[in-house]
Amino acid sequence: MTPATAAVLALDGIGVEWPGSAPGAPGYVAVEDVSLSVGRGEFLSVVGPTGCGKSTLLNVAAGLLAPSSGAVLVAGERLSGLNRRAGYLFQADALMPWRNARENVEAGLIFAGVEPEQAHRRADEWLRRVGLSGFGDRYPHQLSGGMRKRVALAQVLILEPEILLMDEPFAALDVQTRQLMENELLELWSAERRSVVFITHDLEEAISLSDRIVLLSAAPRTRPIGEFPIDLPRPRDVAEIRLTPRFLELHGRIWAALRAEVLKAYAVSQRLG
Amino acid sequence: MRSASASDKTAVRRGRRTPLFVWRVLLLVGAFAAWYALTSLGVLPAFFFGRPLVVLGRVWDWFSSGKIYPHLAVTLVETVLAFAIGTLLGVAAGLWLGLSPTASALLDPYIKAANAMPRVILAPIFAVWFGLGIASKVALGITLVFFIVFFNVFQGVREVSPVVLASVRMLGATRRQLLRHVYLPSATSWVFSSLHISVGMAFVGAVVGEYLGSAAGVGYLILQAEGTFDIDSVFAGILVLTAFALLLDFAVTRAERHLLTWHPRAAADER
Ligand SMILES: Nc1ncnc2c1ncn2[C@@H]1O[C@H](COP(=O)(O)OP(=O)(O)OP(=O)(O)O)[C@@H](O)[C@H]1O
Ligand SMILES: [Mg+2]
Repeated sequence: MTPATAAVLALDGIGVEWPGSAPGAPGYVAVEDVSLSVGRGEFLSVVGPTGCGKSTLLNVAAGLLAPSSGAVLVAGERLSGLNRRAGYLFQADALMPWRNARENVEAGLIFAGVEPEQAHRRADEWLRRVGLSGFGDRYPHQLSGGMRKRVALAQVLILEPEILLMDEPFAALDVQTRQLMENELLELWSAERRSVVFITHDLEEAISLSDRIVLLSAAPRTRPIGEFPIDLPRPRDVAEIRLTPRFLELHGRIWAALRAEVLKAYAVSQRLG
Repeated sequence: MRSASASDKTAVRRGRRTPLFVWRVLLLVGAFAAWYALTSLGVLPAFFFGRPLVVLGRVWDWFSSGKIYPHLAVTLVETVLAFAIGTLLGVAAGLWLGLSPTASALLDPYIKAANAMPRVILAPIFAVWFGLGIASKVALGITLVFFIVFFNVFQGVREVSPVVLASVRMLGATRRQLLRHVYLPSATSWVFSSLHISVGMAFVGAVVGEYLGSAAGVGYLILQAEGTFDIDSVFAGILVLTAFALLLDFAVTRAERHLLTWHPRAAADER
């Protein structure tokens, strides 16, 4: 199974350059010549130091940002415009504050022209699946951070996207809620095996969730610097698996590779600051 | 335990609030007393400053005889029409220009100019165009309300959260659906933040319009009284207008709470 044939989503030589502050000033090359691919049903994590361009890459994959060079391939076809096969769970809160939880979850169905009554029913079903039955009438500001993330997850999953793009979705949560959500995610994912691109800077999270991890170098001119298959058995419990010897061994290996990049990123930010 | 501390708190709050309320009433009574004393002792000429008791009597007369109601009704209708039409136009223009950079760049200097112009000066022109009836007052009110709403909606459209926008686009919204489900609700919250000012402006437009030439309305009453040097009626008219404005403001506050349940700030005020 070569990635080229099985890839649902592939980035091919992606480069992104932000324009310089003044006209004529040199631009800022955030990422350079990045190629990665996700197989069908694969859970891929992308790990890199802060500011290295992870969100930028995901925006490119979603079709929200046109790359300066390279191409995005979705099921082998070159992407132009938005990536209609992908669902995107954003790093920041992205719920519509003027719609309650149910209306937020059903939004995608309504946009697609599904009957309001049926959309309603399916939204309630999804709220139940993410553990929020009974909270449908609450507005986002009346929900906790963890609840909002669950609503956002239901909002994306209800459309049954082939590809799930997730940008540090659990970064703002406390450790307990976070592990709960990670387990929920794994359960939902294993039921329907979507392809996932999961972005994080938390290596432990990446190892406990993924099939494969791609490491990105520090900014600028970010590119992949390593790829690690994670051969931990499934189904996994994210809290328990962290205690297994194999996990610790993988963690040690990947961390050694990542450490250098984190230090580099830190040095750059020191110099700039 | 908890209920005890909660009732303590309300007791404290009530304890604080009652004196404040009393002080406010005393202040009002004091002002009236000072007014009464100064005019009846002849320090201020009653011919120019009115006599408070006569003023209050006049207000009482108006309401007991029912003479004021048709005038209040006219002023209310003008205010409501100016507010509704001005808001509608403001929202439409704000959405259009907010979403079309070309149009907004083209029209920018003219909008600034129109906004900077003291628009009360248009009243005589509107009187010529639309006559002395309701229409000319509504037109004046619209020019005042329009710009407030317009600028707020324009701002609201520009400041829609880019993440919410990207997210809704990823959920498959078409351009029209974006307008309906993102831009419009977001703009509405901005319209509401300026609701008090725009209702006030509609009222100003109605009264000033009446004052500058009309056949009915509270502004007309004041104009008429001024014509006969009946300063007591002028003050009575001002009192009625003030009370009316307060009532309008109260109604707006109620409407706001009802319509903005999703808004964290509005919801917090309710508590
Ligand atoms: N709109 C923009 N204009 C100019 N530069 C940008 C823009 N967006 C991002 N950048 C720059 O691109 C680089 C990568 O940003 P990005 O948000 O992709 O980082 P990230 O890896 O997601 O970081 P984090 O882990 O903190 O979320 C950063 O140096 C940032 O300053
Ligand atoms: Mg990011």
